Amino acid sequence: MAKNPKFYHFLGCVIPHRYPSVEKATNLVFEDLGMELLDLVGATCCPAPGVFGSFERVTWATVAARNLTLAEAGGHPITTGCNGCFASLWDSNHELKHDEELRKAVNNNLAEIGREFKGTIEVTHYVDALYDYAGVEAIKKRVTRPFEGVRMALHPGCHWMRPKLIKKKDDSERPHIFKEVCEASGAEYVPYKDELICCGAGGAVRTADVKVSLDFTMQKFESIIDAGGADIIVTPCPFCELQLDLGQVEIQKYFEKEFHFDVMHVTELLALAFGHEPEEFGLATHLQYMQRKNQPNWERLGIEVHKPEDVVASE
Amino acid sequence: MTSADQPDVHVIDEVDTEFVDMIKRIGGPNIQSCYQCGTCSGSCPAGARTNYLVRGIIRKALLGLKEDVISSQELWYCTTCYTCTDRCPQDVQPTEVIKAIRNVAVAEGYMLEPHQKVAAKVIEAGHAVPLDKESWQKLREKVGLEPVPPNASGNPWAIEEIRKITSKSGFDKLIGYEEFMRAEEEKKKEQEKKG
Repeated sequence: MAKNPKFYHFLGCVIPHRYPSVEKATNLVFEDLGMELLDLVGATCCPAPGVFGSFERVTWATVAARNLTLAEAGGHPITTGCNGCFASLWDSNHELKHDEELRKAVNNNLAEIGREFKGTIEVTHYVDALYDYAGVEAIKKRVTRPFEGVRMALHPGCHWMRPKLIKKKDDSERPHIFKEVCEASGAEYVPYKDELICCGAGGAVRTADVKVSLDFTMQKFESIIDAGGADIIVTPCPFCELQLDLGQVEIQKYFEKEFHFDVMHVTELLALAFGHEPEEFGLATHLQYMQRKNQPNWERLGIEVHKPEDVVASE
Repeated sequence: MTSADQPDVHVIDEVDTEFVDMIKRIGGPNIQSCYQCGTCSGSCPAGARTNYLVRGIIRKALLGLKEDVISSQELWYCTTCYTCTDRCPQDVQPTEVIKAIRNVAVAEGYMLEPHQKVAAKVIEAGHAVPLDKESWQKLREKVGLEPVPPNASGNPWAIEEIRKITSKSGFDKLIGYEEFMRAEEEKKKEQEKKG
């Protein structure tokens, strides 16, 4: 492990604008593990890979490359906690290094603002930073509140590890890296049949037809219940988190089915396991709690629940 | 979206011989390796609940049935989960093929209004999911963060850069940005009138 690795923190849209508790939890966890996060000032939307990549590939790659040039100027790798942001930044970085024609078209666009993609930095996901830079052993050592006996279902999502032939990180049919990082919290991994299917939100489907996207989500919830249920669902992506968390409110509205799962980002899980209280990073601001006015079930984690103060937040 | 106008019968001699080349050029270079085994559709969570059929779309594309393919509503049910891409025995990369076909669809005017809106948000605010209400800033303060993050939300110069590059690439015209913003402005005025 390099001494005190430094990363540019690519926030994206959903973390800073809808689930800021993830941003705060990440600050706490990275500091606890001796990893430094630097502001990536002026970063924009990644832009969403399945959305903008579906509209016009060159513009998608240009906006992504602009974000990469911000980090290239400072010379540190990027880390991001969103599978979508990771896909746009990592994929565009990869494609621009291997596709001369695309690079030419992108740099031609970037010349308009005096920028140029050079391909000098790497893009990581928080999970990579946690697994490759900090290491599972260091994470385990830092745990002061082990979640023994807590049933944890995982939702790894798609773009962190797929496409596997390009990303070459984990076996997307039997992934183990995200699982190892989450298990470092001491929680008990609950396997369920549909763990590896998409949350339903990606590829502009949530925007096109929210009911179709929620149908994926319901399948996951039902699969978790069939496996005996879980106390928490953990994901490495805020867009998946939004779909699984706020999605419960929407499922109730559109399908009149009620689910009560507490959903966390992996850095929120680790912040708790490292002994931080939910109030320190505002875990009760998850949109499910804000909109449904319901109580988190954190007693199951051995955490006392205070009634969240009302903050008016609506989609 | 005009999928309702699709003909019931495919006139297969109305083929577009350029279509496959367009797809290959935009980002689905391996489309012609497809031997129709159906592993993609069998793996597809979107296909399990909608009439989205990856294999069928690829077959039609290879036959040159461009209009049929790009005008279909189901083209937009792929969540880009890449399960088909990871399982395809021919490395067709069906997800990339679908994205390339969507690029053609958008270029030919088949874009859903909510997608147009998301695209416009990025040009307008620098973010597809923007910090567009005071309540979102309050949410940030509640978790102990600055109300405005250091991304484009607090840096108008970054949004200006996005405007310049999307104008240069022609993306603003592609999505009809100016017309869309004018229509939004009209809607706002209407609402204000109604009080």
